[in-house]
Amino acid sequence: MRSIDFLMRQRLVVGLVCLGILIASYAAVVVTDYDVVKGFQSIPKAVKWSSENFYPDEKSLKRLPKIIAKMQETLVTAVTATTCAAFVGFLVAILGANATRPHWVFSIVSRAIASLFRNVDVSAWSLILLFSFGQSMFTGYLALFFVTFGFMVRMLMETIDLSSADTIEALRATGASPSAVITQSVIPTCMPQFVSWTLFMIETNIRSATLVGILTGTGIGNLFDIYYKSLNYHAASLVIVVIVIAVLLIESVSNAIRRVVLQ
Amino acid sequence: MTPPTQMSLPRRPFDRSIALMRLIVVLLFVLTLYGFTALETGGVNMADAWSMLADNAATLFFRPALTNVTVSELLVSLGVTIGLGFLTTVFGAVIGFGLALASALNIAPVWLSVLVKGCTAIVRAIPTVLWVLIFAVSAGLGSVAAVLGMTFHSAGYLIKAYAESFEDVDAGSIEALRAGGADWWHIVGQVVTPSAMPALISWTFLRFEINFSTAIAMGAAAGAGGIGFDMFMASGFYLNIREMGAFTYAILIFAVIMELIATRLQTRQSHR
Repeated sequence: MRSIDFLMRQRLVVGLVCLGILIASYAAVVVTDYDVVKGFQSIPKAVKWSSENFYPDEKSLKRLPKIIAKMQETLVTAVTATTCAAFVGFLVAILGANATRPHWVFSIVSRAIASLFRNVDVSAWSLILLFSFGQSMFTGYLALFFVTFGFMVRMLMETIDLSSADTIEALRATGASPSAVITQSVIPTCMPQFVSWTLFMIETNIRSATLVGILTGTGIGNLFDIYYKSLNYHAASLVIVVIVIAVLLIESVSNAIRRVVLQ
Repeated sequence: MTPPTQMSLPRRPFDRSIALMRLIVVLLFVLTLYGFTALETGGVNMADAWSMLADNAATLFFRPALTNVTVSELLVSLGVTIGLGFLTTVFGAVIGFGLALASALNIAPVWLSVLVKGCTAIVRAIPTVLWVLIFAVSAGLGSVAAVLGMTFHSAGYLIKAYAESFEDVDAGSIEALRAGGADWWHIVGQVVTPSAMPALISWTFLRFEINFSTAIAMGAAAGAGGIGFDMFMASGFYLNIREMGAFTYAILIFAVIMELIATRLQTRQSHR
């Protein structure tokens, strides 16, 4: 009897959860003013429209060198922002991690700073930074830097506590200085995770850089926006093709690297 | 008698992963140096800009105020953004679950898995904002384009995440059911879904957090409304840094609450 009760109760829980999600979805439809019917109708319309207009034609191919140059610019911005943020994030993570902190106050401060930088979205940072830095690549660089910094501090603090804690304790027991602990234990044990997270953030930031570019008027995002707004859909689709190729290429390279590094 | 040879430590064998790691670090360092020379600052005086940023940050965080919208309008905007994030997560989860079943290698045929995984890789490679703008051409700028575009990217992400969770399910229990004569639906319903459930829940929640920030971005960059659009107006039209502060706090509070819930979900799962 008890097993039947258990099954019934489980079904009841599943049913209630589903009902809750349905009600919440309905509320979301109402508050966002989302037209469900129009949503479904728009998919075939979008497919039809893209097959008729949204493909690179011969004329747009002439713009390819410019698109590739902008893509390169965006890639370099994303990489530069990520590596700088990763490096600074590592320093702050060492100050904040339970295993290496000089004082517990550093932990709280690091966590708070990381949370602030990570939880304000990259688009919001872009809009805030536009006030003082204007429409330039540097604004996008800073916005990407802020969010990546927040993410890296959180992840590397966890990494230091998980993978270095034992060796740190062992080194400390032999009377090693703090600098020896960091160079001989923290850096070697965290390096694989550090490289892996940096590569992961580079991938993420290349996608974000497109969005940031639309907001700050730079890079490949801005170029897409210009073509899009001037209804030059052939060129806009070529931009997308270039982005897809770049992202897939970098994803596969960084996956291959990660497999070797994290083995 | 031979003279004593000098004592030396044995050479460490060549480690491929350490060598690769060093190479990557050096490469990224060089790229970053190049990046700094190429980074264009738009003719802004850096010293002025940094001191202005410090002033702005002080205003933003210590003197937030609402001028162009009321508190209730702010809450409605936040609700629109949360709603967009929630709706696209639900749609993405439903599509993701179905297609993940078709692409997990331990329960789906290889050709189907390769097909679905290839298509979703391309879907994921296109940034969400571009999906939204593509749909906006036929649906018009607004919530329909935002929901469709964000759903596409969420589904692409969740298909991959769910499929990996399914593939982690213990092969022995699937084999046991198969040996017992269970059909595909039984295997999916009785083994694969229940054992992957904790992973599915935490991936879905993570995606909700991502979709919340994406919804802000879509409001700012693709006219999807909500708090992102309010921020865009405050930044680009009213130049109102104090109002930006209020919006930033609204986002921050919601995001931190979500993060706390996510951390609790994780610790609860690891205690199981």
